[in-house]
Amino acid sequence: MIQIKDLHKSYHMGSNSLHVLKGINFDVKEGELVSIMGSSGSGKSTLLNILGMLDEADTGNYTLDNVPIKGLNEKIAAKYRNEFLGFVFQSFNLINYKSALDNVSMPLYYKGIKRKERTDRAMHYLEKVGLADWSHHLPSELSGGQKQRVAIARALASDPKVLLADEPTGALDTKTSYEVMELIQGINDEGKTILVVTHEHDIAQMTKRIVNLKDGIIIDDSKVEQVRASQYV
Amino acid sequence: MFDIERWQEIFETLSKNKLRTFLTGLSVASGIFILVILLGFSKGIENGVKSQFERDATNLITVWTGVTTKGYKGLNPGRYIQMKNDNFDMISQKYEDNIEHETSLFSIWGAEITYKNETVNYQVRGAMPGHQFIENADMETGRFVNQADLDETRKVAVIGRKLRQDLFKDEDPINKSISIFGMNFKVIGVFIDPGGEREEQQAYIPITTSQKVFGAGDNIRNMLFTVKMSDDFDEAVALSQNMANSVENEIKLMHTVSPDDTSAVRVFNTLDKAKQIYSLVATIQAVFWFVGIGTIIAGIVGVGNIMLIIVKERTKEIGIRKALGALPMSIVGMILQEAVFVTMFAGLFGLIFGLGLLELVGPQIESDFIKYPQVNFNIALTTVFLLVFAGALAGFIPAYRAAKIKPIVALRDE
Repeated sequence: MIQIKDLHKSYHMGSNSLHVLKGINFDVKEGELVSIMGSSGSGKSTLLNILGMLDEADTGNYTLDNVPIKGLNEKIAAKYRNEFLGFVFQSFNLINYKSALDNVSMPLYYKGIKRKERTDRAMHYLEKVGLADWSHHLPSELSGGQKQRVAIARALASDPKVLLADEPTGALDTKTSYEVMELIQGINDEGKTILVVTHEHDIAQMTKRIVNLKDGIIIDDSKVEQVRASQYV
Repeated sequence: MFDIERWQEIFETLSKNKLRTFLTGLSVASGIFILVILLGFSKGIENGVKSQFERDATNLITVWTGVTTKGYKGLNPGRYIQMKNDNFDMISQKYEDNIEHETSLFSIWGAEITYKNETVNYQVRGAMPGHQFIENADMETGRFVNQADLDETRKVAVIGRKLRQDLFKDEDPINKSISIFGMNFKVIGVFIDPGGEREEQQAYIPITTSQKVFGAGDNIRNMLFTVKMSDDFDEAVALSQNMANSVENEIKLMHTVSPDDTSAVRVFNTLDKAKQIYSLVATIQAVFWFVGIGTIIAGIVGVGNIMLIIVKERTKEIGIRKALGALPMSIVGMILQEAVFVTMFAGLFGLIFGLGLLELVGPQIESDFIKYPQVNFNIALTTVFLLVFAGALAGFIPAYRAAKIKPIVALRDE
């Protein structure tokens, strides 16, 4: 699903140059649930941004679902993001004046799907995350866990190849975190490829594989025995 | 632009951000509204002033005389200056090329006019045919005094509409005989004067007849001329002012009046007064325009300001939308379409509200100086579009910049 070869990325600030990614090599197969760990400054967010086409690498190859991601202009990047990727953010990033339903149907709007079908599909995903009864509530009327579940429903709505989650439990308490992880595990069980950036070990243990980043290189990449979140809930 | 899904999205955004929409709309609508009202009243003042001058011809020179106040060439002050037919003929011939219409007048105030049992006391004026044009009078029925009446000193009278109503009620006055101080005159016409009732109570008779029956010899009381108008207003004013000055000097010379004596011979030049009033009106209009344009600029700045805030406030939303697959141009398009829609809608609302108010209040205004306040619809519509364009431009720059921000940066913007 994802192939990365010798990925380099530097940031230039004036005369200083910061080499963030120093040759990353890693593959993700379809149906995997991978966590990317590392302390702040390890380059894990930069890696996720490149994977999410929100940023571009300086050198190296990135192939997503057999499509080489290279030299993208804004237009194509937007199209690929819409087609291939679903994002889940630490701070949820819901549009605060739109109802849960409208938030979930947003990626479908940019896909050019008609209103009726949009609503049907968005409702389907809200049911999937268990928030069908909350479909007409604004984000401000939802709890943190509910907001993150709406965000996950939104990320799933366009049926992406890969789900990218940047610290999805970072703003949640432990119990809610496990509920969200249970949901993510359930989605993965259905075959969706998921990448999770986290710095919490218990969260990482709930994935199937942990990639450890330090100073821009992968220091450890190993499969783990998945801890099911359901046993804590 | 005509994508229905896009419009649905925009209406949704607008209706969920009512305060923002309302404030943007208000600054636009009030700007246009104030401009429309100002322009309406400036037009109203123009109309009012113009109608003041329409009572008589605007290019009129009036001459009348009084008592000398200064001794001159051995003559004592206190002499009454009496103009004669000769004076009129001389001026008439000398300025033949410049004069359009002319008349000399010999009038009797409070003349007793009788028809059957009705008697009224109104002014009777001995006049020449040109007087009809000088007064801007129209004939309701019959005809005005003509040259043949003058030549044969006919006892004929042209009466005003008010005078006809008072004497004849519903009867047809033509060829009926009225008596003025006991002398019979045949009514040959009824006139309408834009000066209103005051003018329409008068009766005109040929000046020759007037001089004869009232024993005035060849005395006249006034001379009135209209000056031929050239296309250039300033040139016409200069011409008529020149003529007014030299007519004054001629008459002073004929009657041996000191050139410094301002009360013995008086010449009034309507066109010169009209020019002064029109330039006053033009100044008022310029001030109104200035205030109106200022209001519009304030509106534009207001819209621009709100657009800047909107884009700033929506930076994160823009980032989210981009992460979900929105194209940069669709972001710019969304913000612009919203801006254009709100300014256009509010602008037209202000326009219609302003026009409606003028339409409603305009006819109620009873002032000689404000009449039919109205607005050139095209000018008003142009300002609406100008405002829409400015609002779009003010929205475009920040929207374009926001659309170029990388989504990850926009999302981090807390």
